[in-house]
Amino acid sequence: MTAPLHVAPAERISSTSFNEASARTRVELLLDPGSFVEFIGPEKRQISPHLRIFDLPEQFDDGIVVGHGRLDGSPVFIAAQEGRFMGGAFGEVHGAKLTGLLRAARQIRSTPVLILFDTGGVRLQEANAGELAIAEIMRAVMEARTAGVKVIGLIGGRAGCYGGGGLMAGCCSALAVSEPGRIAVSGPEVIETNRGVEEFDSRDRALVWRTMGGKHRRLLGAADVFTDDTMQDFREAALDLLGLVGSFGLDKLKAEQMRLGDRLRRFGACEDAVDIWTAEGIAHAETVPELSADQFIALANRIGRTSRDAR
Amino acid sequence: MTLDNILASLFPGGHDVRSVNGVIFGSAVLRSGARTLVIGVADRTAIGVDEAIRLSGYILDSLDQGSGPILVLVDSDSQRMSKRDELLGLNEFLSHLAKVLIYADMNGRPTVGLLYGHSAAGALLATGLATRVLVGLPGADPAVMDLPSMAKVTKLSIETLQEKAKSTPVFAPGLSNLALMGAVHMVWNNAASLADQMEALLADMPAAHDRRDALGKERGGRLKAADIAERVGELALQTR
Repeated sequence: MTAPLHVAPAERISSTSFNEASARTRVELLLDPGSFVEFIGPEKRQISPHLRIFDLPEQFDDGIVVGHGRLDGSPVFIAAQEGRFMGGAFGEVHGAKLTGLLRAARQIRSTPVLILFDTGGVRLQEANAGELAIAEIMRAVMEARTAGVKVIGLIGGRAGCYGGGGLMAGCCSALAVSEPGRIAVSGPEVIETNRGVEEFDSRDRALVWRTMGGKHRRLLGAADVFTDDTMQDFREAALDLLGLVGSFGLDKLKAEQMRLGDRLRRFGACEDAVDIWTAEGIAHAETVPELSADQFIALANRIGRTSRDAR
Repeated sequence: MTLDNILASLFPGGHDVRSVNGVIFGSAVLRSGARTLVIGVADRTAIGVDEAIRLSGYILDSLDQGSGPILVLVDSDSQRMSKRDELLGLNEFLSHLAKVLIYADMNGRPTVGLLYGHSAAGALLATGLATRVLVGLPGADPAVMDLPSMAKVTKLSIETLQEKAKSTPVFAPGLSNLALMGAVHMVWNNAASLADQMEALLADMPAAHDRRDALGKERGGRLKAADIAERVGELALQTR
């Protein structure tokens, strides 16, 4: 046993990286200490029935932790994807856990849902089941939001939030993202495979970060809050967003249509994220990737757009 | 079936549906007298930010002015895979389209998807899979991802994937496999009147409640999803 038992909880939450933590550690440190109760935990051994076809190892929780706990004393539902198992991808069991959680939240209405995304999208070994699971989750998110449930997405894991995960994130009431939290539909390798290295060089990591990374998403208004990478920062971001989110209705969708249409008109001809940042009035936009979290948050609060009331 | 043939069979009384640069838009009067909004994607067009925002705009305009069901015709590529689309936040545009469709369906404008050609990945999530009832036409060939990209991501050879595809419905492309999962509710007969089949569907429209997981269980394609979702739901409700 090497657990650092001498570390006080307050110190542990402020010294633990969200990006490097496991899904279980994220849940444990995000919520009030000792408050988490898991639904269908690994002891139930509800594994994927499909991975063995590909001779791939299963995981007893199928790569997602879902349950109930408290955040600053108030009840929340929470789901956390494990990006280190199958890239956090959605399979049949993995997806169904989140669907069930959201459907219950819709019935209860008053308990918000936190989704800690860490996913490459559909688990391709069970592609049809995974794709449909994502469609069901998107429907369940919108039904929950319509019933008054706040659904908050937190994005900062190693797998980012790709494919159908990106669409699901777009369905949430609000998002918090850290610098490593990439949000996109097509991953860099997939674009390169389909369109060639001239279209997108997946090995150009700087290009990946500035096109899909948390800073760009925050400046675009795709994410509402940019946060530093510690569990403490993510906890505070979740609390902030829970306080800010309003109810969902047709007005939000009309405002989103305007928001996205406006983005296309302003930036549709830009060839690179730096061009967009420059068009937004950021001096020396090429230095944005180097800014510390504090420096960037100050900049984003001054210049970045938000999607509040328009998503 | 071609788009023109499909529209002629669906709306023998006429329609004003057009496809411009692969984006379908128009309307038609159903036998019931109701006017249906018709949108969609034709000619295996990829859905990027520009296509998605036009489609969501058509639906939002119709929510203000129209009534009746919404028909979504789908013969698309996947989402457009490009630097520009991702730079501009394609995920938001695709989810916005799906959200508008889901909102319409929940608010008196029942949505029907008609998959008559190809579709894949994010494009399918934003169109057909965001409708209440997804109908397939014989010959439609949906796929979650093309095999070369799948090979790249899974690190399996294309030959291995092709071999597995023959025997594994949960992973393999195709209309019948998606039907087994519960994603495609029914496959229409393209030799019979599509207007008759549309009328029968609208007369007996399932409730808006999403029961695709139960359908997948009944059909034997997804044996665990419905039970897992139900069990988590029970446990979650016990926390009240």
